[in-house]
Amino acid sequence: MAHTTKKPATREKASATRARRAARRRPARRVMVLVATRKGAWLLHGDAARKTWQMDGPHFLGHIVNHLVLDPRDGRTLLAATKTGHLGPTIFRSTNLGRSWKEASRPPAFAKAPAGEKGRAVDHTFWLTPCHTNEPHAWYAGTSPQGLFRSDDGGDTWEPFSIINDDPQFRAWMGSVQDGTPDGPKMHSIIVDPRDPAHLYFGMSGGGVHETLDRGRTWTPLVKGMEVVDGFDAANIAFHDPHCVRLCPSNPDRLYQQNHCGIYRLDRPSSEWTRIGKNMPKQVGDIGFPMVVHPRDADTVWVFPMDGTSVWPRTSPQGKPCVYVTRNGGKRWQRLDTGLPASQAWWTVKRQAMTSDLQDPVGLYFGTTSGELWMSRDEGQRWTCIARHLPEIYAVEAAAVE
Amino acid sequence: MKVLIPSSLHSYTKEPKVEASGATLTELLADLDRQYPGLRFRVIDEQGQMRGHMRFFVNGEQVFDLAHALRPTDEVFLLQALSGG
Repeated sequence: MAHTTKKPATREKASATRARRAARRRPARRVMVLVATRKGAWLLHGDAARKTWQMDGPHFLGHIVNHLVLDPRDGRTLLAATKTGHLGPTIFRSTNLGRSWKEASRPPAFAKAPAGEKGRAVDHTFWLTPCHTNEPHAWYAGTSPQGLFRSDDGGDTWEPFSIINDDPQFRAWMGSVQDGTPDGPKMHSIIVDPRDPAHLYFGMSGGGVHETLDRGRTWTPLVKGMEVVDGFDAANIAFHDPHCVRLCPSNPDRLYQQNHCGIYRLDRPSSEWTRIGKNMPKQVGDIGFPMVVHPRDADTVWVFPMDGTSVWPRTSPQGKPCVYVTRNGGKRWQRLDTGLPASQAWWTVKRQAMTSDLQDPVGLYFGTTSGELWMSRDEGQRWTCIARHLPEIYAVEAAAVE
Repeated sequence: MKVLIPSSLHSYTKEPKVEASGATLTELLADLDRQYPGLRFRVIDEQGQMRGHMRFFVNGEQVFDLAHALRPTDEVFLLQALSGG
């Protein structure tokens, strides 16, 4: 059974304290920030204090890199989802932290359509998720057009995963290229329950949030409580547009979601999302793309609000970039903008472009559509720009390396 | 036959002009993929369609059909069409 009952608060606190002590005893691990952009990828190696950063790159100059992920199970394998303006999509793999790369023998690709039928072709792989620690060479990938794929050999060969890629009901929920984000609908937020590799979630923009308890044999939509654009029917799964879903490592029964229509929290075994973004200031709203969870505190999450009014400018609200944090599961939100531009800054942050590290205090990182990389060493109290003049940033990950 | 390779695929072939064989474009691409694994999928999608920004010319004439017959004396150009900045 995937779900367990929630631990009492005192036990959670004791567990968090033990985790912090254990983290302090481990040998010093440094942070590597992985930056994927519209024209290549960069690795930033931090010092022990996370104050100075050495840039390694560009890797894949001129390639569109949608996601670059370090495998936390071995600490040295990198997977990069790339394509170029001309060439089809592929996956590159490095087993030496980016010193050399090898292309996947069989990148994610849909099944060939029967004669006379029009099949789908992967335009780009959008999302990469390492599988459970018990499955050390397995990965999941989400694509555009929307498809779910799995590799069992460290990212070298990929196969369609489960029935959803060709299932008529899922295909209807996925919609067409006209129903999704500007460069195509996205399969994203592929989440593996750390307690159970058969328990998975994913999000579709659009097409809702879905869950399986049997390793993809059957799926259940998980959209109750989620709102849709005014005038549309929330009962239609196709109208649901989750932008980013995250599971709390310290409490895998809790998920947070940044949606096209608000910020939500879900506490399992309930299957009804609660719109915690209603508590955000009205002039800022609760629209955005990324969602960042605290590695050890399930009550703390960060969001990066975006202007979703009128024609949807998708800029920082009023040209004033800001992060908001809640430290009590969404009851109250606090603005964190010290160090960020005070005005006339019209960039924003995409759904994969904001993340946290595992340090104490937690470091936060986000990359902007204008090619700047910002970080905070103190959980968002103060922000510093650590790289600028990069291409448009698509994804940022922070990894611990020896 | 001679096949001219665009710069974006030189990471596979290491040179701009290569020798490959085949009685059709489909066979030619299969031979190229045998010699340079992975190349075909970058220009032909999983449904067997030419990718959006790849163009094929045989003896200077653009060809749209992968079943197009080839002779050993033909010269094939793979070109990348403009695709934004």
